[in-house]
Amino acid sequence: MSSANTNTSALIEGFEVVIGFETHTQLTTQSKIFSRASTAFGAEANTQACAVDLALPGTLPVMNKAAVERAIEFGLAVGGEISERSIFARKNYFYPDLPKGYQISQFEIPVVVGGEVSFFLGDTKKTVRLVRAHLEEDAGKSLHEDFVNQSGIDLNRAGTPLLEIVTEPDMRSSAEAVAYAKELHKIVTWIGICDGNMQEGSFRCDANVSVRRPGEPLGTRREIKNLNSFKFMQQAIDFEVRWQIEQLLDGHKIIQATVLFNPDTGETKSMRTKEDAAEYRYFPDPDLPPLEVSRTWVEEVKSRMGELPRDKAARFVSALGLPEYDASTLTQNQAMANYFEQTVALGAQAKLVSNWMMGELSRRLNAAHLDFDASPMSAPTLAALILRIMDATLSNHSAKTLLEALWEDEGSRGREPTAAQALVDVAIERLGLKQMNDTSALEGIIEQVIAANPDNIAQIKAGKDKAFNALVGQVMKASKGKANPKDVNDLLQAKLAAL
Amino acid sequence: MNAIHELSLTALAHALQTQQLSARQVAEHFLARARQHAASDAPLASDMAPAGVADPAHPSCGAFLSMDEAHTLAQANASDQRLQSGQARPLEGVPIAHKDIFVTQHFPTTAGSKILAGYRSPFDATVVARLNEVGMVSLGKLNCDEFAMGSANENSAFGVVHNPWDHTRIAGGSSGGSAAAVAMGLTPAATGTDTGGSIRQPAAFCGITGIKPTYGRASRYGMIAYASSLDQAGPMARSAEDCATLLTAMCGPDVERDSTSLDLPQEDYSTHLNRDIQGLRIGVPKEFFAKGLADDVRDAVQAALASLVQMGARLVEIELPKTELSIPVYYILAPAEASSNLSRFDGVKFGYRTKAYNDLDEMYQKTRSEGFGPEVQRRIMVGAYVLSHGYYDAYYVQAQKIRRMISEDFQRAFSQCDVIAGPVAPTVAWKLGEKSSDPLSNYLADIFTLPASLAGLPGMSVPCGFGEGHMPVGLQLIGNYLKESQLLNVAHRFQGVSDWHTQRPGSFA
Repeated sequence: MSSANTNTSALIEGFEVVIGFETHTQLTTQSKIFSRASTAFGAEANTQACAVDLALPGTLPVMNKAAVERAIEFGLAVGGEISERSIFARKNYFYPDLPKGYQISQFEIPVVVGGEVSFFLGDTKKTVRLVRAHLEEDAGKSLHEDFVNQSGIDLNRAGTPLLEIVTEPDMRSSAEAVAYAKELHKIVTWIGICDGNMQEGSFRCDANVSVRRPGEPLGTRREIKNLNSFKFMQQAIDFEVRWQIEQLLDGHKIIQATVLFNPDTGETKSMRTKEDAAEYRYFPDPDLPPLEVSRTWVEEVKSRMGELPRDKAARFVSALGLPEYDASTLTQNQAMANYFEQTVALGAQAKLVSNWMMGELSRRLNAAHLDFDASPMSAPTLAALILRIMDATLSNHSAKTLLEALWEDEGSRGREPTAAQALVDVAIERLGLKQMNDTSALEGIIEQVIAANPDNIAQIKAGKDKAFNALVGQVMKASKGKANPKDVNDLLQAKLAAL
Repeated sequence: MNAIHELSLTALAHALQTQQLSARQVAEHFLARARQHAASDAPLASDMAPAGVADPAHPSCGAFLSMDEAHTLAQANASDQRLQSGQARPLEGVPIAHKDIFVTQHFPTTAGSKILAGYRSPFDATVVARLNEVGMVSLGKLNCDEFAMGSANENSAFGVVHNPWDHTRIAGGSSGGSAAAVAMGLTPAATGTDTGGSIRQPAAFCGITGIKPTYGRASRYGMIAYASSLDQAGPMARSAEDCATLLTAMCGPDVERDSTSLDLPQEDYSTHLNRDIQGLRIGVPKEFFAKGLADDVRDAVQAALASLVQMGARLVEIELPKTELSIPVYYILAPAEASSNLSRFDGVKFGYRTKAYNDLDEMYQKTRSEGFGPEVQRRIMVGAYVLSHGYYDAYYVQAQKIRRMISEDFQRAFSQCDVIAGPVAPTVAWKLGEKSSDPLSNYLADIFTLPASLAGLPGMSVPCGFGEGHMPVGLQLIGNYLKESQLLNVAHRFQGVSDWHTQRPGSFA
């Protein structure tokens, strides 16, 4: 286990921030976790609820195997342990949108134990340990707005499969918390177990936040419920941290509580304290036998899964020699990783591809709100461009000019490799970007530049490196960027030495 | 031919198949009997209010809660068409009535509770559907203790059930309506459910035959849950042979709807009925014959054992040392599960809701206080208590451990014997009201039926004589897992040499 305690955040007024997460991810099954009703979102109220979801007398739950398989996939993706035998328990409480009067969840033995989620925050790698991931059913929705003196109940969501993912209190700042949430979001959407739609509630985070003086035991935590955007997550945690520190500095104690974040005020507010926490009377659900997951089943699920992001990143490091940071960035999402692999497969050098993707391409795509799979420049075109850098046809500078020119060109999308190469080569000719690899022509330019800048020469003689760089710039400019910078350097130095 | 209601189910099925009787004729006969034995001022077939009969002067015993003659006759007519067109199914046109714990589309389902008065299920319980599929015609729904909680059928919100042999006594419970209706010949057969003895004990008290199969053999889908890990459906009829036919139809895998259903093929329980019992080892648990067993019951049971020995069986003394503990274990685990199972009756979605309330909590409290009877409320409170934080380990977890030990005790016993035999209950049916103010003495009377329930083993009750007040006594047979065939075989052979099961109460005619 690497740096579970890496601290990427400075202390705030001498306090260390401690954050743990519980995330409810809605699983992408066609039907509900214990019934055959559809999980489709947005249907008319109570049209997606069957007798089992309504908890009609005599109905019984039957486990949806697809939900279990999604949990197994998650366990494999985060390197957790898949329990061979896990137990469903009943969490008993009364609420109108909870039809049975209990929620079926996993309590003592969850389906996934352990695992970890790693990500980069700046250049620092951070690993958050997972405690567990367990399967459970969602409740329905209470609709308070549309009724006068009454509440409506929509049970469409009741019984929707959820995987609740719980971390250790390993995060030390709101930035780390958000980075963790984004990484988790990436994993579940990458492996396809969750659609990741935060607005529809498919990915909901609860943050347990506490503060302490370094070295002291964990402080009392407050749980911020239902954070459904990364922006609110950051705001809510920042507010909560400031509030807790102020309380402590004012000599108050923190009381364990559940709080809600109000995006309009930017504040968190206590919903209930531990004193009025419900007595859930958990016990194993006698309607469901223990969930048995055999090794064979796990292997079967594994064989159907594509390469996992963490494995892909590791391979980019070991087989392609990329720095870990690059590998992690390129595996941010499947589209980016695919684009990278496609480009490299066409012979482009991995580190160059990585640099271009993480730099120029990401900048342009982010500005256009596009993913790599919708990039105006196709992977074969980028490969063709990089191949021309590799064979010294293009300087970096000209390559950027070329990219700029090709960016809006329809012809640079989805081309076959040979056609892409032709496109790039024609454009190089058309734009006159071919690097000047002819030494005699370059020598001529250098001589002209030396002749035109006697002051610089004098300064160089006096030992000023800056003046040398200025001369290189002049030569590059005079060559219209086509000169090979290394050649310019070498030749210029030789000429100066001969003066 | 005997009167229709005196025919065995097997004979009735034969008469229908050979068209000596029509399904309509049979249905009309039983409907007329039910009408005749029902109170004139309590009209049946009402959707909104079940028509229980609480008046002890009426010989119906308060067995039926709802009937729908038009529906029953329509079913019978459909059966007749099949019988005439050669498409008859095995039990085509044979009537049956269902304990009101099974949900049914065509009859209201109340579970004997005010909280479900008038409730209509959009689907049939699997057991009901399976019996429909073999051609049976439904006569209606039968009274039971509220949510199957009780041993006397005094806990129904719609009136007590009277014992047909003596109307001042209880019929037993919780399947009291089923037992009384069969004993009175109001139906040739009934469904029952058994959580801690609710088929076996009323069968014994009313002098009929009933069997609870291995846990998981009959689907629980559509059976309103009391204690999920214990509830099992089974048939109640006049003989082992009739029970075998019905059990065959009722049982089989239902894994798509009930996760606790055993994924094993359906079995024909009638095939081994006549097998010789020569050399059969019958285990006799000494704990079942200890202090507390009434002499009249002991005498009848021992006479039955003696006649089994005469047929070649051998008695083996066995030990079931945790027998007494089965009472506290059961009365912790069953209420724990019940307290959670009954949470859905909250006034929000279906069933009763209190008239006036100021907020949600008050709505819950009043609905459940007014909707549930005292015994149900008692068990919900006990259950919530034993599951609560700080008590869970001491009660629930401990009880689960002892439950496992009880199962292990049975497995040890079955290494020495093939079936276990003993009394169903310590006494014959007691007087109405005798124990109703003392729940504990009621609970203690379950001592001999609870162990097999906790172990999930099949058990049955076979009439084996009469005791005090000429009240029927039941012989209990307990088999190992999936040995229903063996139990029915022993019971059938016993019924071949005895006539206890053919005797009828005075109010029968």
